[in-house]
Amino acid sequence: MTDIQVTSPVRDGVGASAPRPDGTLKVTGEFAYASDLWMDGMLHGATLRSPHPRARILSVDLTGALKLPGVEAVLTHEDVPGAKLYGVDHADQPVLAIDQVRYQGEPIAVVAADHPETARRACALIRVVYEVLEPLTDPRRAALDPSYEKVHAGGNVVRHQPIRVGSVFEADVVVTGEYEVGMQDQAFLGPESGLAVPAEDGGVDLYVATQWLHVDQDQIAPCLGLPPEKVRLTLAGVGGAFGAREDLSMQIHACLLALHTGKPVRIVYGREESFFGHVHRHPALMRYEHGATRDGRLVYVKGEIILDGGAYASSTPAVVGNAASLGVGPYSVPNISLDAYGVYTNNPPCGAMRGFGAVQACFGYESQLDRLAEACGLDPVEVRIRNAISEGSRIATGQIVDMPAPLTSMLEQVRDLPLPEGVSTDLRDLPGGVANSTHGEGIVRGVGYGIGIKNICYSEGFDDFSTARVRLEVIGEEAAVLVHTAAAEVGQGLVTLKAQIARTELGVPNVTIAPADTQVGSAGSSSASRQSYVTGGAVKTACEAVRERLLELAAKKLSHDGLALSGGKIVSVSGIVVASVAEVLGDDVIEETREYRHRATAPMDQLTGQGDAHTQFAFCVHRAVVDVDVELGLVKVVELAAVQDVGKILNPIALEGQIHGGTAQGLGLALMEEIQVAGGLIRNPSFTDYLIPTILDMPPMRLEILENPDPHAPYGLRGAGEPPTLSSTPAIVAAVRAATGKSLMRIPVRPEHITGT
Amino acid sequence: MDVQLSVNQDQHPITVDTRETLLDTLREQLDLTGAKKGCDHGQCGACTVLVDGRRVKSCLALTVTMDDREITTVEGLADGDTPHPLQAGFIEHDAFQCGYCTPGQLCSSVGMLAEFAAGWPSVVTPDVSAAPHLDEGEIRERMSGNLCRCGAYVNIVAAIGQAGR
Amino acid sequence: MSKAMSMDFLRPMTWAEALAAKAADPEARPILGGTDVMVELNFDRSRPSALLDLTAIPELAEWELRDGVVRLGAGVPYSRIITELGDLLPGLAIASRTVGSPQIRNRATVGGNLGSASPAGDAHPALLAAGAEVEVESVRGVRIIAVDEFFLGPKRSALQPGELIRAIGIPVTGGPQQFSKIGTRNAMVIAVCSFGIALHPAQRRVGTGIGSAAPTPLRAHAAEEFLGAELDWDGPLDRAVANRFGELVAAAASPIDDVRGTAAYRRHALSVLARRTLTWSWEEYRCV
Repeated sequence: MTDIQVTSPVRDGVGASAPRPDGTLKVTGEFAYASDLWMDGMLHGATLRSPHPRARILSVDLTGALKLPGVEAVLTHEDVPGAKLYGVDHADQPVLAIDQVRYQGEPIAVVAADHPETARRACALIRVVYEVLEPLTDPRRAALDPSYEKVHAGGNVVRHQPIRVGSVFEADVVVTGEYEVGMQDQAFLGPESGLAVPAEDGGVDLYVATQWLHVDQDQIAPCLGLPPEKVRLTLAGVGGAFGAREDLSMQIHACLLALHTGKPVRIVYGREESFFGHVHRHPALMRYEHGATRDGRLVYVKGEIILDGGAYASSTPAVVGNAASLGVGPYSVPNISLDAYGVYTNNPPCGAMRGFGAVQACFGYESQLDRLAEACGLDPVEVRIRNAISEGSRIATGQIVDMPAPLTSMLEQVRDLPLPEGVSTDLRDLPGGVANSTHGEGIVRGVGYGIGIKNICYSEGFDDFSTARVRLEVIGEEAAVLVHTAAAEVGQGLVTLKAQIARTELGVPNVTIAPADTQVGSAGSSSASRQSYVTGGAVKTACEAVRERLLELAAKKLSHDGLALSGGKIVSVSGIVVASVAEVLGDDVIEETREYRHRATAPMDQLTGQGDAHTQFAFCVHRAVVDVDVELGLVKVVELAAVQDVGKILNPIALEGQIHGGTAQGLGLALMEEIQVAGGLIRNPSFTDYLIPTILDMPPMRLEILENPDPHAPYGLRGAGEPPTLSSTPAIVAAVRAATGKSLMRIPVRPEHITGT
Repeated sequence: MDVQLSVNQDQHPITVDTRETLLDTLREQLDLTGAKKGCDHGQCGACTVLVDGRRVKSCLALTVTMDDREITTVEGLADGDTPHPLQAGFIEHDAFQCGYCTPGQLCSSVGMLAEFAAGWPSVVTPDVSAAPHLDEGEIRERMSGNLCRCGAYVNIVAAIGQAGR
Repeated sequence: MSKAMSMDFLRPMTWAEALAAKAADPEARPILGGTDVMVELNFDRSRPSALLDLTAIPELAEWELRDGVVRLGAGVPYSRIITELGDLLPGLAIASRTVGSPQIRNRATVGGNLGSASPAGDAHPALLAAGAEVEVESVRGVRIIAVDEFFLGPKRSALQPGELIRAIGIPVTGGPQQFSKIGTRNAMVIAVCSFGIALHPAQRRVGTGIGSAAPTPLRAHAAEEFLGAELDWDGPLDRAVANRFGELVAAAASPIDDVRGTAAYRRHALSVLARRTLTWSWEEYRCV
């Protein structure tokens, strides 16, 4: 047996800035993204899409396409063997259009050919005769006007969720505002792609970039007319997600073509097609009325939030739930009358994007708080402090916040951070930069604040769980751990965290993360900032089960009671090392699979919105400093400071990256990002005119990260990816308002909104 | 058309369509999938490679024009098993998340540091003969052709700053 | 890929060969850095019968200064204009800094952008302001076209069948020059509108160029004439003159509403850019 020794904690466990296990592959170009997959003899798929947002399909003639040499299949809805409709929440979207189209870009036919160019040309040879109809593009009418024509037979309102609290809707100070949020795109850099391979058992293997393998499987299998076990999914490298891969894109199409031709089929979207190939962030029309005492304490909030879900439901119901339940923000409000609507129109379909309904509302209620501050003659931070919730407060749904919510100190902390130096004279630091539009003329500095509240994990009674399988064995005389989950690594660094958790729980440095696939139970979606919590929790729980069995084995083999695992060694009660893990294991293999569920949530009452709908809340506060060229309406964000409470830091460097990234996407929504839609048509489906922030637009950041543990969560952690996306937008807009004095009711703020021209 | 392509110091005699981009040739014919297609028209930088040491967007370069040029892709940056200092720096500073833009960021930053070493002036230098100084602002300015949607810019600046010293 | 889709690829090694090739196939599309042409090819917006790669012709990548005029080869990339011509052609150099991204600037050329004749080409306002001339050539001979007569419409130029752009002649004025561009982000952006100005002290004249605010890049003639009449070349700049100049520049434009900005904003921004660039130029002129 081993000499007496003291154990030390394992390297790169929980809390360390452990490097990404996929990092080396990603910097050498070897990491296989979905679009990099290749198989001998594979075919290439292409999709014929509707040029019209609303039309009847009178006829589809495939003759020309079928005659083109190299074409192996041309399929329409008639070739869908199973269910014709699918959907992430409820099935309302045709796999391929049936007799009508409801949005520009709706798939009508798919082609497989020996070359991508041939497949595209075949699509162009399909003759579709349309009866073009006037598109229904007014979300307010869709929500409120029963006489408006219907996009779907069941009516245009996908979900209406009221919040009703209290009955006093009078106050000394009343501020109102009508706000608008444009349609933001997730704009992941790696467009939709995947490879479907027909299998000998009549099933199909699909390698795809997605956020949730099992919910894809649940939607694909019925449409193919196959049992789920014959539709096996493996996660391919994901080039960013941000919500846009929560819905299906090419998955069913590629499987249909593969099963039809008996050959592997790859579909890779280009950038333009990607703008039509996934759902976007819901644009929003919002009306708010805030009533308060003269000293700025909220008496009531009235609100109306209309979210344009476009042609199909996607995740609109859940987005509405968030917008409603979080619609007054992290503030104590005794009286609330708020209505959130998600509607069908013939605009592009909208669904999940980072922040998910909470982003839109946050722009509204934070803008209102600034108006209230002005009306009461208060500092914007002070008015927030006077109304902020804290642990024990109730949010709009009546749910008690039973975890730390130190908003007051977070606000004070961000306010008290040092401010950046004054306006620079360096061209590179001025609005417009080297485009040389100012040498300092017209520059006014502004400072603004924003604070957001985001629910973490799935809400409203959803059975939200993850599954982890952990295997411990000796490989090459060393203990080794294999962690297998179906959780999608989309860049957030979940593979790193899973390995860190396994190292900490088992003390074994050598941890391998198995590829994510459907050969293990569902992990749920890589969304709602939930994977550290839920899959992290599942890995932790499975590791604990493995540890228990290891100690049983040790007790049996070593005939020793009271053993424990410490620093990767088996130790006695007095902490003396009695054996290594490898020595105890020998040829034995320990494998345990566990599901992890967060505590149950409840639905919201349909009439009052009351209910304990959420399992966890997370908060981020931003301070934005901007320089605005008030004459030209151009903005340079000088600095963004953020204070975020994450409960427990699992990986400092990866966490900072999440806050940087969420902040950058909020900056984009504030200042430049919008899919411009007119008459149901997208006017800017390219990176020439859909602008996302460049390295010159994203300023340096100052971060303060707090660790007030949530007693209900594994390690006390809180989801971290989304909260910064909420608060950076209103903070930046508030700063621009402070510099310009303009009301700026719409985002993204465009130069002409500032100049008034 | 027949072309002799030199990529990462390997010679590839290949036949390509005259319309084919260098990006497609690298990815589809040479199985060098490091360079990525993000936008297809020079607006994202994910396809950046080095041609004769200068950074170019390979989606806007025709393969048939690349005869007799020396092309370096992300796969060719390391020296055997020793990663390029920028590759090591990107890992150390966690300068990526999804990693899709990373091959382009790396090739672009290698090319940028070479331009810098060759004395290319800062775009804001009034006196173009003055020696440029590679501070954070200058790194941002010179890396502005590579988008990162994950928003890892803060760490990209740090990684390049370290390698550039 | 089927044969019907293929496209001839021609790579002349000399200028004479290039002209002969263009004469033989006037539809052949000349390509230098490829940053405009390749976008069209990738999106299948054009299917030329042949591509005429001009990058192997050494003299196209050279520039020379003779008799106070820089003769800029059509194939000199923007990155070289920035590093080599900042002192001789300051307006063009400032404009070159704003072209696309660093990678684009390593490849894109003034000759190529002129060939595309985009109303948004960043170099065009600087060339208009400087009074540049485009030297075009075919097997029939050489023509010199003043740059303000070169742009005929969106993506349409005065190039005749068989003609190629050989060089751009840009007078070295010795006077201050400026260029400003509006974009809705701080890098890699197509101009919402842009403006170039060049003082020609010897002629007591001011040149102008407007980009992205009309079907073609254009000069603001009335604004130039106004300054020609009103500027006191020996005194400080009168604020009212600068303001009026801005208004006249805005009035010269005929912008539209599009995804990048509104017509009203473009006019407004042009007036601001014109006033500011005139002011900067004047400060520099008075300091010399």
